[in-house]
This record gives sequence, C-alpha cells and structure tokens, in this order.
Amino acid sequence: MSWKASEMTADVKWKDITPGCNIYEGGTSKVVETGDWRTERPVLHAEKCRQCLLCVPVCPDMSIPVGKDGKRGEFNLFFCKGCGICSVACPFGAIEMVREEK
Amino acid sequence: MGIRERLSGNEAVAYAMKQINPDVMGAFPITPSTEIPQYFSAYVDNGQVDTEFIPVESEHSAMSTCIGAEAAGCRAISATSSCGLCYMTEMLYVAASDRLPITLAVSCRALSGPININNDHSDAMGVRDAGWIQLFAETNQEAYDNYLQAMRIGEAVSLPIMVCQDGFITSHAIENIELVEDEKVRKFVGEYHPEHALLGREEPMAVGAYATPVYYMEAKRAQAQAMMDAKDVIRKVGKEFGKLTGRSYGLIEKYEMEDAEEAIVLMGSSAGTAKEAVNELRAKGRKVGLIKIRAFRPFPSEELTEALKGVKAFAAMDKDDSFNGHCGPMYAEIAASLYAAGESGPKGISYIYGLGGRDVRVESIQRVFKELEKIAETGKTGKTYRYLDVRE
Repeated sequence: MSWKASEMTADVKWKDITPGCNIYEGGTSKVVETGDWRTERPVLHAEKCRQCLLCVPVCPDMSIPVGKDGKRGEFNLFFCKGCGICSVACPFGAIEMVREEK
Repeated sequence: MGIRERLSGNEAVAYAMKQINPDVMGAFPITPSTEIPQYFSAYVDNGQVDTEFIPVESEHSAMSTCIGAEAAGCRAISATSSCGLCYMTEMLYVAASDRLPITLAVSCRALSGPININNDHSDAMGVRDAGWIQLFAETNQEAYDNYLQAMRIGEAVSLPIMVCQDGFITSHAIENIELVEDEKVRKFVGEYHPEHALLGREEPMAVGAYATPVYYMEAKRAQAQAMMDAKDVIRKVGKEFGKLTGRSYGLIEKYEMEDAEEAIVLMGSSAGTAKEAVNELRAKGRKVGLIKIRAFRPFPSEELTEALKGVKAFAAMDKDDSFNGHCGPMYAEIAASLYAAGESGPKGISYIYGLGGRDVRVESIQRVFKELEKIAETGKTGKTYRYLDVRE
C-alpha cells in the first residue's frame, strides 16, 4: 500500500485510507481539488485586461497563475472557490463572476 | 523470580514508568493521581530516567503535549483523575482518532457534584467512548502489571490506552508487590519505532487532517477495526507476560464460575471483596461466582456471553451511573452481548454501587447474592435498576 495523498480520492475504501487521515508527503494541497464547492466562477475578459496583476496577490488561493513572461494566465479552477475578490479588485472590469453550472 | 517490595498503587505505576523510561511526560496534578507525576518527577530530577517532564497548566494541555510528542515519534505518558480526565476529553478523542498510542494512568475518582474526592468509576466510564483501550486493576500488583503491558498493546494497534486503578483504595494503599527486573521490563516492553513520525524522518508528515464527509466515516471504520483487533493483542501480551512473571492476563477473570448458578460482574478493587463473599457462600454450598472485567474497552462481549450463558441470574455492578433512567453502562453492554448472541436464559439486574467512596463490604456483596438467589428461584427479576447500600 502506498498511501499517497493522490490516491485518497472520494472512492477510497476504509481499509486503504491512512490511519487518522494522516498524510505522509509534503505539498499535497497541489493534488487535492478544493474548488469543487464553488457556486460562482470568474471569467476573464482578456480584451479588457491590462496585465496590472492586481488580481494575483488578492487571490486567497493559487488560482491565478503568472507565467515566465510576467503575465497572468487563465484561472486555475481546480482551486478557485469563486469568492470574487479578484473581480472586485480589478480596476478595468475584466473579471466577471458568472453562475457555476454543472 | 521478581523483586519483592511493598508499594502503593500510585508508586507502583510511577515505578513502572521509571523502568520503561518513556520519552515525554506531560502532567498536571489532581487527587488521587498526583503522586504519580510527583514520584516520577523525582526520578527525572535524580537523572534516573531520560524523560522530558513537561509540567503544564491544565489536563487539556497535558494531553495536547502527549499528542504532539507521540506524533513526533516519542513514547508519551500522563496521569490524571476525575475532573482532570473530563478536562482532557476533547484531546482524548484527538489522540485516538490520530491513532497515537499514548499511555495514560488513571486513579479513578468520582465526579462533582456533590464535590467528592473518593473512588468510583465515573471519570473513566465517562470517556469510555473516546476510542481508548481501557484496562482496570483489582490490586496494586495488577496496576503495575497492566502498566507494563500497556504500551505493547496500544502500539500494536495504534490506539491510546488507559491504565485504570481505584483512587485511594489501591492508589494510596500499600500492598506487597512483585516487581519485574529492569532488564526484563526493557526487553518485554521494547523500543518504540513508529512507521511514520513527525521528527527524525526523511518524509514530511501531517497529523490531524481535516476530513470532509466523504472521508470521515472511512477513517472511523478503520479506527473501529483497531479496537476489535486490540482484543487479540491484549490476550497475546497477557499470555506472554504470564510466561515472564507467572501472572497471565486476559480480557476477563473468572472466579468460581465453572458450575456457578448466580454470578456477579464488576471491575476494579471490589473484585477482592467479592471473591471473599464468594468464598464464604461457597463454604455454605451455594453455587456462586464472580467475573472481573479487566478490559472494558475493547468490551469482552464473547467472553462474557460464554461465561454467563449458563447462569440462572447475574448482577452487573457499575461503580458509576449512566443516568439513563434504567441501568448502569456495564449492564447495558452485557445485556447487548447476550442478546446479540441469542442468549435469553440468564436473568440480569443492574446494581449501582460504591459511588463517591461508599464502602463496599463482603456483606454488601452477599446482599447482592441474596437477591440473585431469589431471582434464580422465582425466575422473576423484579426491578432491574437498583442502588446498593443506599439508605431508604
């Protein structure tokens, strides 16, 4: 049994779950989807975005990646909880919050 | 052959701790367990152990200290009683669900109110569902022997373990005792090398994770399995201890039960008194017997069913009350065990006794047997929820 965090998925059986749900590796937040309870989703209107990057530091998670070119990319919805802070912080109205439909 | 000594129950437990030489003790004083950390801190001060002794500001912190230390990969211990155990309760659940085999010595005492410092089992029984293994001792010798076996048991199933004795009755009474030689203790208890720990390892580790409803029940099911597995471990370790010392232990002890028609079930120091009552009644030709529960958690349901199925009447004697309006907790579990096994023959009654240090005498136990005799003769249980030796 490897007991990797990536294997502790929603269908893990009781005999395979780690004792006490203890975790035996670092950086496991990267493999755990925490954006699955979002009710609203941010949409980037690229034509309005001036790449001022004010949205990046206000994101409470790691949902706005910045590339090597110093420009922000598309939202990482694996972590985004739809809090909307980025949308409020944007001076150019480039981030719109829309209802999450599944 | 062991070393002949005379020690109080608290001293005996502190001595066992010294022989084991654990890594960390977090403790806060409370009557009647205060002497345990008191004696042990002297061993620390004298350099007789390597233990890090952490005097904390509360029992909640004492258990938190143990949780941190055990998760780090240490053997962690504490001692407490009564309200102190209550104050630990939140952290007792954390220790069990984080699967940390901490060892806790409990000198059992009543709970307030009315305020009372004397013995009953209200404290330990109050936390019986916290996920800890619980052993109860009849004598100072058993308190010592149980402590020497505790870490082997807890560590084998990754569960914390309580070693309970009766406050004052054994904790402060001095009895003859046979100690095990230091090197034999060290060999028997062994060293603790957990597979995973916070410190001294290459791999990082997180303890005390959050579990959403998707994971929580699977974690609890695994914890329940560990408690079931503990039964066999207690038997094996008790047998091995017997080979070492001549004193074997199981989940229960049966006394004069082979042909018994009436039986009493209880735990702790009153077993000695009950044995005397059984002896006197046996001398008069009565077929009476006693079952002493040593392990209350895990509950020895199969053993009790097997031992009780042939009797006509039994009394389950609880040194505490559930205040559920119908019976003591031990009675409830015995009745559930018999029912689950399809055994409806024995008539059982629940007795609450010895609360807040109320003396339990041979005559008290004989009064219970007198009632059982009536039930066995008539087949009528009458009231099943009774208080023993209470002024009417």
